[in-house]
Amino acid sequence: MAKEKQEKELETAIKADESVDVAVEKKEKKMVSETTQSLSASNLINEFENGQLKKELPEIYVGDTVKVGVKITEGNKERVQPYEGVVIAKRHGGLNQTITVRRIFQGIGVERVFMLHSPQVASLKVERRGKVRRAKLFYLRDRVGKATRVKQRFDR
Amino acid sequence: MSIGILGKKLGMSQLFDGNGNSVPVTLIEAGPCRVTQLKTSALDGYTAVQIGYGLSKEKHISKPEKGHLLKSGKELLKHLKEYRVEETSSYEIGNQITVKNFEVGQKVDISGKSMGRGFAGYQKRHGFSRGPMSHGSKNHRAPGSTGAGTTPGRIYPGKRMAGRYGGKQITTKGLLVLKIDDQKNLLVVKGSVPGKPGSIVNIKPNNAVGKKGGEKS
Repeated sequence: MAKEKQEKELETAIKADESVDVAVEKKEKKMVSETTQSLSASNLINEFENGQLKKELPEIYVGDTVKVGVKITEGNKERVQPYEGVVIAKRHGGLNQTITVRRIFQGIGVERVFMLHSPQVASLKVERRGKVRRAKLFYLRDRVGKATRVKQRFDR
Repeated sequence: MSIGILGKKLGMSQLFDGNGNSVPVTLIEAGPCRVTQLKTSALDGYTAVQIGYGLSKEKHISKPEKGHLLKSGKELLKHLKEYRVEETSSYEIGNQITVKNFEVGQKVDISGKSMGRGFAGYQKRHGFSRGPMSHGSKNHRAPGSTGAGTTPGRIYPGKRMAGRYGGKQITTKGLLVLKIDDQKNLLVVKGSVPGKPGSIVNIKPNNAVGKKGGEKS
């Protein structure tokens, strides 16, 4: 397990490097458009939205078991409540991206939709990678007990 | 009352507020505008500030217009707009008007030309309900009755009917300014604004009827 973890860390490091490269390329592109004076409307909107994107989000696939830290404000106090479950759907992209997380709580199925880039999602951690053959796992709603398990995959 | 500003609607997006809620916003590229003329009561019968926005090509402008625009600066402007003010002493011809005139948390009224929908029917234009689509019905999107019979023997004026819809000036009132970027001349307001992306909009400070400043009692 320790080895695996190390490997994963290495992988994430490499991915981070890649993302930095991509960011640099994007910046260069923007510079070009700025030299032509007026930024186009879509450029301005993209810039506005990119400013709100979270930079470090783990890659999430449908079927993964994730732990979401949900920010809750009670009066003046702020605390983070963990919510763990299976990702049964991903929707939209960019700033509007959401995931639907399903868990069984006290025998009752609970589904919560999280906007990934919202400040309400304080932390996000992939606990387990799942092996599934669907993009939407709505069939899990009709299943009870052992049948709701998702097979684990180790290659991600 | 301070004057407004002209701008171009860029499109809609969303913004996360302090609680993590996603708020729908409209992005507007407002200004920079130039003061092109100050109207005085002695000369024009009323006092107002005229501002211009957007660059225009010389071939699209008539000689008299060109003469008028060159009095205040070098560039030829496309759109002109007047704002009535009590006094013009705080403005000067050639002054720049930017988004700095507004502040975050202020309420504004935004007017512009609404999306044209052409000749629209009852459902789209007035929200009439539709007839049944099946069970032998042939009354799908038809108007229905337009009035009584022999008495009054005519259709009352103002009866809502099909016709041209949209493409008219519409004002959306009391929009909240959420963000200002004076480097990019960007104004971000909560909610929607009339017109398509790219259309010219007129942004004024909120003119609320009733209590001054639109304060809630």
